[in-house]
Amino acid sequence: MDPQEIDLTVPFGPLTLPNPLTTASGCAGYGRELAKFVPLDELGSVTTKTIMPYARSGLATPRMAETPSGMLNAIGLQGPGVAAFVRHELPWLAERGARVLVSVAGERLEEYAEVAEQLNGQPGVIGLELNISCPNVADRGQVFACNPATSYDVVRAVREVTDAALPVYAKLSPDVTSITEIAAACVSAGADGLSMINTSLGMAIDLDTLRPALAGGTGGLSGPAVRPIAVRCVHQVYAAMAAGRIPEVPIIGMGGIRTGRDALEFALAGAGGLAVGTTLFNDPAAPLRILDELRSELAARGFAKFTDVVGLAHRTPSR
Amino acid sequence: MAHPVQSEAEVLSRSTEGGYHRLVLRAPEAAPRVRPGHFATLAVGGPNSALLLRRAFSIHRADVEAGTVELVIAERGEGTRELARARPGDRLDLIAPLGTPFPLPDGPVSALLVADGYGGAPLFGLGEEIRRRGGQVGFILGAATADRLFGVEQARALTQDVLVVTEDGSAGLQGRVTDPLAQAVKAIDATVVHACGPMPMLREVSAIALGLGARCHTSVEEAMACGVGICMTCVLPVVGEDGVSRFVRSCTDGPVFDGARVRWDDIGTVPPDLEGAAAMGVRS
Repeated sequence: MDPQEIDLTVPFGPLTLPNPLTTASGCAGYGRELAKFVPLDELGSVTTKTIMPYARSGLATPRMAETPSGMLNAIGLQGPGVAAFVRHELPWLAERGARVLVSVAGERLEEYAEVAEQLNGQPGVIGLELNISCPNVADRGQVFACNPATSYDVVRAVREVTDAALPVYAKLSPDVTSITEIAAACVSAGADGLSMINTSLGMAIDLDTLRPALAGGTGGLSGPAVRPIAVRCVHQVYAAMAAGRIPEVPIIGMGGIRTGRDALEFALAGAGGLAVGTTLFNDPAAPLRILDELRSELAARGFAKFTDVVGLAHRTPSR
Repeated sequence: MAHPVQSEAEVLSRSTEGGYHRLVLRAPEAAPRVRPGHFATLAVGGPNSALLLRRAFSIHRADVEAGTVELVIAERGEGTRELARARPGDRLDLIAPLGTPFPLPDGPVSALLVADGYGGAPLFGLGEEIRRRGGQVGFILGAATADRLFGVEQARALTQDVLVVTEDGSAGLQGRVTDPLAQAVKAIDATVVHACGPMPMLREVSAIALGLGARCHTSVEEAMACGVGICMTCVLPVVGEDGVSRFVRSCTDGPVFDGARVRWDDIGTVPPDLEGAAAMGVRS
């Protein structure tokens, strides 16, 4: 089978995307810098850094520490606010043909809805991803995604004010007792899809200063180090959907995707969308390489369509 | 910001200078784009390396005709140790040029170039550019010890105004680069100071230079995860043209900043008047 003939198209709400790949929120800014390495319109979509209602400075430095096969970050959602994003960043993205999934957050319920409302009808926007799981916010450990009721409320509030044609995804944290319970709450509140996973809360201590390496103390762990956790989360939630315990919605899988093999692993677990995150810091040109590798991995196994392998690990009998 | 090029760059040579390694890499696309003050990043190890973050190095010089870029590496940890072991024929994942370089004068100026250790790598190309524009340069090159000095001979090839300073007195004057700074600015009538080195040194150099009415361009060393402007880890508080202070990225807005605009005393904090500080719960 010729890898170039593999069909990577995936459905996304009312649209068909050329491929399942997107950027993980917070790992590609608003696209401008990444565009020097990857034509943004060749990605299935571009997920932005999280947008809040107002400008936010983020946390003090140091904000980052390298860890084995990963990194910790504590940026604290630095950003210019939704008005500046809509004025300066979205038109630029739209002009380049980028299909934009906007990551949205607020400190309170109403703030999520406030941002979402301002994104209705904006050029290039194909959907929203609700960041209810960033570990680097003031009330650490009490993120919305740690509680089914608060997760439900946020998704509900945003779904009510968002254009019906724009899918609303909820991005979940792995740092919960039962991710399927949170997933169920989000879907019952109207989430059109789920993104899994956000970073997992971690810490590194600097042996020279004898203090935590990050100014914020804790930070979010990302990169290949978290991949098995992410694959487990996707698999668990997909299994709950397959068993009828949660209505079926699409999943965007992410957490340490570095190669086409990693991408295939997430797809087999149940992810119909795939996001590349920390790998972009190592290799900003990675998305196109990963797509090429994914085509080869599919071709080598005789699959002509990407969508045929989504969730296949659940349907493949054990020998 | 520069338009960077990513390439598998062949190592053409590796040599040592004092405690440092000089790597000459074949990078014909990147070389013509390099200006003094640009930096480059290298990935560590292959595609399965457990060290995910690229290491950043200032570009010592670029040779357009030879199509090469030269980096200076100090062994500071596992990643730089591995890169310092690179041998001719090896290929390294290079992104260059990155960042905002030193501003170049339109005409003849007198400039003092100040560096701590190998941070001064970009200053020699800068000195050449200033000389080419009819200007003159002086150098203050410092380090903790003699073997951590970099480029003393290169500086002497450009000018006789070269001061060497070491903290232990093992070469040149004993002390820090800031000790003879004011006198050196006056001695060559410098109207601009260009400085590379750690933050505390840059902060002092800025204060002294600005106090004497000179402009001060500083190239900062801040920890970066990506080097290309997407990770937001390398920020520092800088006063914008509009008078508003913001966290800006060392990798794209810098690494060269006007020393008068950097809020040196507030690095590592969220000052209350920073744009967006209120959203973090920081209030004055």
